[in-house]
Amino acid sequence: MNFDDTPAEAEYRQRARAWIEGNTFDFRGEFVSGKNFDPIRKWQRIKHDGGWGCLHWPREYGGQEASQIENLIFSQEEARAGIGILSVANSITLGMAAATIMHCGTQEQKDAHLEKIARGEKIWCQLFSEPVAGSDLAGIKTRAERDGDDWIVNGQKVWTSYAQFADWAILVTRSDPNVPKHKGLTYFLLDMKSPGVEVRPILQASGGSDFNEVFLNDVRIPDANRVGEVGEGWGVALTTLMNERAAIASVFPTNFDDIWSLTHEVELSNGPAIQDGAVRSMLADWYVWHKGMDALSLRLQSALSQGREPGPEASAGKLLLGARRQQYLEHAFDLLDIGGAATSAYDDGALQFAYLRVIGNRLEGGTDEILRNILGERVLGLPPEPRVDKATPFNEIPVGR
Amino acid sequence: MQFNFSEDQEAMREEVRKLLAKESTSRRVRDVLESDRTLDKDLWQLLADQGWQGIAIDEVHGGAGAGYLELCVLAEELGRTLAPLPFSSSVFVAAEALKLAQETPVVSSWLPKVASGEAIGCFAIAEGVGGAHWGALKCVAEGSGGAFAVSGTKSVVIDGMSADFAIVAAQTNGTPGLFLVDLMDGGVRREHIDGIDESRPLACLAFDNAAADQLGGVGPAEIDQLLDRAATLMAFEQLGGASAALEMGVAYAKERYAFGRQIGSFQSIKHKLADLYAEVELTRSNCFMAAWALSSGDASLAEAAASARLSASKLYFNCAKENIQVHGGMGFTWELDGHLHYRRARLLSAALGGSTYWRERLLTALSRRNSSDTRAA
Ligand SMILES: Cc1cc2nc3c(=O)[nH]c(=O)nc-3n(C[C@H](O)[C@H](O)[C@H](O)COP(=O)(O)OP(=O)(O)OC[C@H]3O[C@@H](n4cnc5c(N)ncnc54)[C@H](O)[C@@H]3O)c2cc1C
Repeated sequence: MNFDDTPAEAEYRQRARAWIEGNTFDFRGEFVSGKNFDPIRKWQRIKHDGGWGCLHWPREYGGQEASQIENLIFSQEEARAGIGILSVANSITLGMAAATIMHCGTQEQKDAHLEKIARGEKIWCQLFSEPVAGSDLAGIKTRAERDGDDWIVNGQKVWTSYAQFADWAILVTRSDPNVPKHKGLTYFLLDMKSPGVEVRPILQASGGSDFNEVFLNDVRIPDANRVGEVGEGWGVALTTLMNERAAIASVFPTNFDDIWSLTHEVELSNGPAIQDGAVRSMLADWYVWHKGMDALSLRLQSALSQGREPGPEASAGKLLLGARRQQYLEHAFDLLDIGGAATSAYDDGALQFAYLRVIGNRLEGGTDEILRNILGERVLGLPPEPRVDKATPFNEIPVGR
Repeated sequence: MQFNFSEDQEAMREEVRKLLAKESTSRRVRDVLESDRTLDKDLWQLLADQGWQGIAIDEVHGGAGAGYLELCVLAEELGRTLAPLPFSSSVFVAAEALKLAQETPVVSSWLPKVASGEAIGCFAIAEGVGGAHWGALKCVAEGSGGAFAVSGTKSVVIDGMSADFAIVAAQTNGTPGLFLVDLMDGGVRREHIDGIDESRPLACLAFDNAAADQLGGVGPAEIDQLLDRAATLMAFEQLGGASAALEMGVAYAKERYAFGRQIGSFQSIKHKLADLYAEVELTRSNCFMAAWALSSGDASLAEAAASARLSASKLYFNCAKENIQVHGGMGFTWELDGHLHYRRARLLSAALGGSTYWRERLLTALSRRNSSDTRAA
């Protein structure tokens, strides 16, 4: 057990810090939610060219074969320098699409895509959720039909983050509606420039449009872009999802720094907030959670460094994030009292944005309820829900709205 | 960086778990709980044969000279089995108090006895209910040159019935200090007090000019440090108990049927257990952080220890009560082990001070560092 750097790690950290300081750039005002992805591509390219991109990947794909710990140190330093957000915002490309290709893709697919991702040339999005199916992902309808060496795809995806910027997508389709739902899925890599792909941004509850609707009309995909066997897309999709959940918990902040400053700045009727007993008690609990989340994320990441794929355990991190972050932010606004209703009340509106954005934390990458099912069934080994549709051919399953 | 116990430490855990599963059974917990016995002497001796009481005591003082991390592993495993032993009082508190003190004859004579299990120590700090703690001690120690006499009443003293000596917090010339009192000496009256968990019997200790040795160099700062160390180690004991209680609940949820289904297939049961699992992992993370700070002497120990304690106290209560809930009416029976965890959880949350007290300690420690430090931490 050692939460500190070894001398070699400390030396690595120094080098990373110096390099980041020498290469970071000012992107504020430029990287506005739903408006511009250029800074993300740019940072990825700078990292790659400087020998700091995709650190733990094999060299042949543009990585550095660094250890997962070194990768972790670099991310910590990026965060410290205030530029981490640009890597974090690229996590669908790096953490999900690339991870899936690396794990399940053919050699040709790895050669075709990984290095371009490493260079920041290509951004990816995730075409999984549909209007009819999110939690019940295996219930998607988008059809893929074989046509010679190609597939023709028709359907609609929704909530697709960054589809408006993406060059490529990972896509789950239904290739056979006549078999039970988990058995008729096929997974593809889709060029977003293909004819028939139409992206329409959706205005989010937090304002801005990070996610989109994506319509697929007679979109042609070469069979060479299929990942895994026909009808075995579910297993590939699970690989993507495991990586997603491992990523999300460490992406979003606990906002402890915000509440710490806030309690020192805000006055209550009986004096500074930091001296109020109830506030102190809340603050202590917030800190315990904050530090626990920190250490938990380090533990999960170091488990990865032992070469393991993220397992169902990683869902615990994401489950512990959303609801609690939301509740604590509610406490923070309670302290700001009447004035807190104004967007500019604190930190240029960043805290209010967090209050709105956190809504998504309990939904994206698996809702809290689904994560509890996963932990209950796949980690604790509790019996599954009775599934009325499991053995039924997909096209005979009852549907609602 | 390494965010886990080493392979050797995990191998040790396996051994400990195997032995305790065989020897530290719930039957033995109940034998103490349901009788006038103050501890399971045979089990205590078995631990002593393994050298466990002295695992983190240096060789000069008769210990094994291993580190705190090994002791954390042991604490977690003892917690799992609810061992009816004064281990935390004697090893996490009394031994650590002696380790913190200047090397004097009192240390060199008592520490080896704690290490070998020959002597059992307890921690006499509380003076009635409420969380004022050692800030306003009524117990006084008078004397000089290390030889003192203590007067006053300490209640309650956890494991005070099985102990041979007590580490007593008392005022001397207006400052708090720690004093070792041999409970077999004159001037000590010991009375059993009924408690929440009779597998760890409580005592009231009344001192009337009882002979006491001062622990040299131990003032308020060292008492704080002692509490941080003990809180870290005890957090592992709580974590172990909580995990065991959760496992009990999970096992029953798979066995028990209602409405033609295993109850674990109902989401209100499954999700409750899943939340507790996530909570266990969060607490484990807090505990690891504290264990590292303790073993490496890092300056963050105060925050890390308080975090681990707050997290673990809440966790054990939650796991213990929800395990009972999952068991239905069976959960409210004496026969089921559920209440053993419920009782132990309450006892351990009380020992070393409640959560209100520890939240305040945490904030004091955080304020001591300025906010920019907190950011970096
Ligand atoms: C910010 C954000 C970004 C996103 N980005 C992407 C993306 O890039 N790509 C993508 O494909 N998707 C994305 N999503 C979609 C996300 O994965 C889905 O919203 C999510 O999986 C829930 O699906 P749903 O919206 O269809 O809700 P539903 O599945 O309809 O769920 C409705 C409610 O029912 C509950 N529920 C459903 N099934 C069960 C069950 N078995 N037991 C108990 N409760 C249940 C849910 O927990 C929820 O509370 C994003 C979502 C958000 C909020």
